Amino acid sequence: MNLTRRHLLLLLPAAGAAWKYVLAGTPEVAPNYKLTDHWWSMLIDLTKCIGCGNCVRACQAENDVPDGYFRTWVERYHVTDYDIENPQVDSPDGGKKGFPPAKDPSGKNFFVPKLCNHCADSPCTQVCPVGATFIGPDGVVLVDKTYCLGCRYCVQACPYGCRFINPKTETAEKCTLCYHRITKGLTTACCESCPTGARQLADLKNPKDPIHEFLKTHSVQVLKPYMATHAKIYYNGLDGSVR
Amino acid sequence: MNAFRDAGHLFRLAGVFAAGVLLFLIIRSFLVPKSFGEYGHYRGNALAEVAARPISFAGHETCETCHADVLDKKKDGKHAHVNCEACHGPLAKHADDPGSVTPAKLDTAVLCVRCHEGNAAKPKTFPQVVSAEHSNGLPCDTCHQPHSPAIAAEAPK
Repeated sequence: MNLTRRHLLLLLPAAGAAWKYVLAGTPEVAPNYKLTDHWWSMLIDLTKCIGCGNCVRACQAENDVPDGYFRTWVERYHVTDYDIENPQVDSPDGGKKGFPPAKDPSGKNFFVPKLCNHCADSPCTQVCPVGATFIGPDGVVLVDKTYCLGCRYCVQACPYGCRFINPKTETAEKCTLCYHRITKGLTTACCESCPTGARQLADLKNPKDPIHEFLKTHSVQVLKPYMATHAKIYYNGLDGSVR
Repeated sequence: MNAFRDAGHLFRLAGVFAAGVLLFLIIRSFLVPKSFGEYGHYRGNALAEVAARPISFAGHETCETCHADVLDKKKDGKHAHVNCEACHGPLAKHADDPGSVTPAKLDTAVLCVRCHEGNAAKPKTFPQVVSAEHSNGLPCDTCHQPHSPAIAAEAPK
């Protein structure tokens, strides 16, 4: 009697493990898309941005972003030459409808489009208590909305303010770098609709991507490098006053 | 074996504990999604689920397969590198079913100023106008062809 019980105790975990293997099934993979072949990033050339708001509108149309919330938005900076530490920033409705004339055309005025920086070492994914947000093997930070509790930890953790809670689903939402497009070989909606080419999707693992030449020949910067997030949205012509 | 003489209750306790652990493992195997941990501490299938969303912007390559004539008009103009849907808006539905989904005609009086209305924050090299002074309320396409907007040199009088 004792012997059979002992055997049973030994056998059951093995049976459990085997059962789990049976249940696992095959995961879905997008055809012709190999996760490990890509490391996505974006190049934003601020010297080309005209603040038209096309990217903001395109993102909303493509990703069904609720009104008043933004996965990408455009800020306008006004920096006076005697107080570069305190820029005045405005972003009426995220820049969706463009910008009114600058109040003070003197000093320095420029636009800065913002979006998720898809950090290689992102604070937002580290604080998630349930593993609902993560950086994929291709370098895109995503949210698993069926797993997200809506606890808002990640919203607070993001140093760039790129996340929000969708009021309909009550789950965290953010830029997916148009994951449904880039896995099909298309560019993102914001890049597709940018009239001046200020935004360019880039794949750092693709040796033929023009970003390599650009990075070699230009002085680019990421936002808040001191946060050591290893952000992957590269800004060309980024002013030191940008926060 | 004297040491184990009165230890029966400990073995029973150990048995109960082992059964508990086993029950936990079995329940866990049902509750944890199958693809969890495939690439990291998250559900591997979430990647494919995010990727499954339908697209709204068809992409300029798709437009150009049918509208080669427009591409021809654009190619030497200032708007050569402006993608179709930057002005025409998301038209993946039209690309899927060109017959029944037809895009609306654009109003150039609204459209052009989105980019070309003067603003101190725009790069100085970008062509800008103050629309109220520039066109006197006329729609832009009275003079400019949107696909190749530069006005050809006026014929000598």
